[in-house]
Amino acid sequence: MNGVLNHGKRVFAWGTAAGMLVSTVLAYQANLIPASRLIQPDELVKVLQSSQGEKPVVIQVGSHVLYTQAHIPGSEYIGPASSDSGLQQLRKRVESLPRNRSIVLYCGCCPWSHCPNVKPADDALEALGFTRVKILYIANNFGADWVDKGYPVAKGD
Amino acid sequence: MNPKKLLIPVLAFGVVLGIYLSARSRFLSQLPASGAALAPDFSLPSVAGGRLALSAYRGKVVLLDFWATWCDPCRDQIPRFVDLQTKFGNRGFQIIGVSMDDGPEPVLDFYQRFKMNYPVVMGNAKIGELYGGVLGLPIAFLVGRDGRIYAKHTGATDISVFEKEILNLLQNSAPSNQSGW
Repeated sequence: MNGVLNHGKRVFAWGTAAGMLVSTVLAYQANLIPASRLIQPDELVKVLQSSQGEKPVVIQVGSHVLYTQAHIPGSEYIGPASSDSGLQQLRKRVESLPRNRSIVLYCGCCPWSHCPNVKPADDALEALGFTRVKILYIANNFGADWVDKGYPVAKGD
Repeated sequence: MNPKKLLIPVLAFGVVLGIYLSARSRFLSQLPASGAALAPDFSLPSVAGGRLALSAYRGKVVLLDFWATWCDPCRDQIPRFVDLQTKFGNRGFQIIGVSMDDGPEPVLDFYQRFKMNYPVVMGNAKIGELYGGVLGLPIAFLVGRDGRIYAKHTGATDISVFEKEILNLLQNSAPSNQSGW
């Protein structure tokens, strides 16, 4: 009986450790996005303010409460891409777009390494075959790295 | 020199000085005694039911924690905040969680799973703006017994920093008669 209990404890401990490891990997997944897919805030501002060329579709894949307080003018709120419903919304939004359409994804909810939304969103668009996707690199949060820098901001829905 | 000639300048100086002192007094009375800003009051729905007003906690040291269930650094801090509430709750300390989730369902689930021992309210864009823009999480404000904000911490913060500040505020911030809430 004791042997069975001890075996159960070991299985439980290994399960817990595996769960923590998976959780840690998921937590830092934004760091897995290659640098070549990133766009810096000042670069995006230049693109958006340029009078030349096609403007990218800019999509916020984070929290609605944060979006309502401040977002990039013209950007669309989709919902947190860490959730199934957010990913579904994202796929639905882009399904009719040409696969070579320029798209910029951003979140800014948390420090980059902890953002749970940008990597799943990037993966989803890559899986759908989009070839010109950039992820806005927000090191700390949208307030510090966009609003406080004086870049253009819109409020509300 | 004729003393009567001095009367008008002296009178004018007195009037100007009087106006200045009166205006200065009014200006100073509007400033927080400590230089700290008053924490904006709010009334928000609690995940446990009913509504919660910050003003109901006047006289306590309050830690306002803006967080969300999807925010990893926020989640990591919750068990430590539970410990802080246990440790200092009977000394006049109260944590209030302000969830910036888009809906209450995941918050209630999290609240129960993590056995949170302090109230959590559902935040919104308005309270975010009241507190200067909550555009990244976590953000925590420490409010003294007098209702004034004494510290703001953006991002994950070592719990020892909170503990030191809480102890300091419990000992030093007296309730104020000046009504902010």
